Amino acid sequence: MPLMSYRDAVRQAMDEEMERDDAVFLMGEEVGEYNGAYKLSKGLLNKYGPERVVDTPITELGFTGVGVGAAMVGLRPIIEWMSFNFGILALDQVINNAAKMRYMSGGQFKLPLVIRGPNGPAEYLASQHSQALQSIFAHVPGLKVVAPATPYDAKGLLKTAVRDDNPVIVLEGELMYLWKGEVPEKEYLIPFGMADVKREGKDVTLVTYSKPLKIAQEAAVVLEKEGIDCEIVDLRSIRPLDEQSIYDSVKKTNRCVVIDEAWPVASVGSHIAWLVAKNCFDFLDAPVEFISAEDVPMPYNHMLELAAQPSVDKVVRAVKQVLYV
Amino acid sequence: MAEKVLMIALSPTMEEGTIVRWNKREGEKVEPGDLLCEVETDKATMEYESPSEGILLKVIVPEGASAKVADPIAIMGEKGEDISGLVAEVAATKPAQPAAAVPLAEGPPVGAAVAGAPELEQPVPTAQSPAPIETGRIKASPLARKMADERGVDLRRVRGTGPEGRIVKRDIETIQPEAIQPGAVSLSLTDIPSPGEALVAMPAVIAERIPVSGKRKIIAQRLAESKFQAPHYYLKLSIAMDDMMAARAKLNARLKEKVSLNAFLIKFVAEALERHGVVNASWNGDYIFKFGTVDIGLAVAVPDGLITPVVRDCGGKGILAIESDLNALIPKAKEGKLLPEEYKGATFTITNLGSYGIEDFTAIINPPGSAILALGVIQKQQVVVTSKTGEDEVQIKSMMRVSMSCDHRVVDGASGAAFLSDLKAMIENPIEVLY
Repeated sequence: MPLMSYRDAVRQAMDEEMERDDAVFLMGEEVGEYNGAYKLSKGLLNKYGPERVVDTPITELGFTGVGVGAAMVGLRPIIEWMSFNFGILALDQVINNAAKMRYMSGGQFKLPLVIRGPNGPAEYLASQHSQALQSIFAHVPGLKVVAPATPYDAKGLLKTAVRDDNPVIVLEGELMYLWKGEVPEKEYLIPFGMADVKREGKDVTLVTYSKPLKIAQEAAVVLEKEGIDCEIVDLRSIRPLDEQSIYDSVKKTNRCVVIDEAWPVASVGSHIAWLVAKNCFDFLDAPVEFISAEDVPMPYNHMLELAAQPSVDKVVRAVKQVLYV
Repeated sequence: MAEKVLMIALSPTMEEGTIVRWNKREGEKVEPGDLLCEVETDKATMEYESPSEGILLKVIVPEGASAKVADPIAIMGEKGEDISGLVAEVAATKPAQPAAAVPLAEGPPVGAAVAGAPELEQPVPTAQSPAPIETGRIKASPLARKMADERGVDLRRVRGTGPEGRIVKRDIETIQPEAIQPGAVSLSLTDIPSPGEALVAMPAVIAERIPVSGKRKIIAQRLAESKFQAPHYYLKLSIAMDDMMAARAKLNARLKEKVSLNAFLIKFVAEALERHGVVNASWNGDYIFKFGTVDIGLAVAVPDGLITPVVRDCGGKGILAIESDLNALIPKAKEGKLLPEEYKGATFTITNLGSYGIEDFTAIINPPGSAILALGVIQKQQVVVTSKTGEDEVQIKSMMRVSMSCDHRVVDGASGAAFLSDLKAMIENPIEVLY
């Protein structure tokens, strides 16, 4: 199976969907002439022309709103935010329009809108450009939210997102664009609401999604040397959430550590920790542990930046805590 | 700052206590060390001294009512302090009041002979149990609780290895068999077979509901545990008591205060135990502990139960010293004023129902001991005696039937029999003791 970067997997997904359906088009800052701020849309302007690969001015609220309108009248826009930090400016269009239009119109309007782009910290970008904002979108009914962490998941989930008639937020990550993984040549789609057990184990369940998957995997290797066998559940889909996979795993291992890159308060991770505590109560041998970013704006100093995020050390310590070793 | 005064565990096995008397009234000043109240526990009435100073602002649990260990019983603070918050807190979390203590009623008068206890009573388990019984809130993970429930494990007996003593999965998995409750599988009303089938053990009419006191609960629990854990077997023989009774009569003729038959019996039993150390021992799983002294408990009936005051080091004391100890302990036992060190840790126990005319009975071993001697009534009986010349003749002797219950894990049949046979020989020919 060919090895491919996350970046290329995303591009392939967009290319394939644009080829399959004329209504699909890409819009955002630098997506056309510049071939994409992170080169995700390389070659697409050449292939599809300026009506289907649209460079926008620097106005997230404006072009996201254009995307909402386009979706309402039958097109299938993919909106690229250069960073989810900038997407904050467009929240009114996302929360008040995209998420509500189908509901408020009694189903008369579909809203086949995809918003994708890098979310969460990269490196050296400091507090305004390092935010992981998934909980804002996960909070809103009317939106779907997915977070692929591998090239395979990225391609399959993005294709499903484009074909979905609802607004879908796809959370990528700048540092993940370089990650390589196996991607089948034959077409495939990954349904929403389906988690993926990335590593099977019997001693503890690590629940995570997006970039921290790598930390969970590295922690599992460290712990394996000490005889501790971790099971890793990669959610992939936050809204809808595959609760059953989480519970099946925790019922097996009796212990749960949730790892989430965002701040801890009212986060996706804290919500999941509560769900586990409630639904797996009699199966828990220890309280659910939760590793998140430190509750501070992202520091600029690189050592502090690393210390403010989930790390292998933090996960290893949490696992040992729930195992009482 | 006003504080709640909590019921504390005044003895290691105490789970709940009844306030017999408040020694301070609301509004009175309390100094550290002052007697705050008297609390009836599973065994005796204990004194609760105040550790702190202040004014007793409110009594929460009144005289006659009971509280579990760690329940609030009063509020103490500064004069005039507003305690409405604390009072509300207490009212909100107050558990259902357990059955009020049955006031100490006068039981049937016990005969002049001090003995007269029915079955045997259990002081706290010591070396035999793997973990001390926990009082207060038990910390256990939900999984551990579920597992304990399924396996009939008593969480109070489990030592938790999690943070702050939390009982976790591995603690239940490595549990010692002793921690398993007898009769763990309980039959609830929903288990009763379908209508049409006879309900075997259901009484047609319940005439009276007697609330079970804390003391009785403990006795019930300990007796059941002993019977369940220790494989009992029984040895019986009859002892001719004439010589001992004659010796006692002679002694009492020249003493102002009479010596009881029990004191004699205790002494002879002690001598026999010194010669048969394995009977003065205790099962501990990997070890058998042979005790260094012979501490004999004598079962005494008290209102609402029974207790075994213990005479320490009977091997080192003469009959008169033993009698003196009994005279100090037995009145205290009847008043419920025995201290834990006075009723716990008997290495061997004697129980005597002779004053009720009981000829013969078997008793339940009283831990930490491994054997118990049940004595019956002394009756004149016809006995065949072979004289030195080989002729058989019938004589009338005062015979006492004796039944010894032994824990087969510690005392083998031959060991128990050897002990009992030596005891008989010594009692029937007291001079033997000196050999």
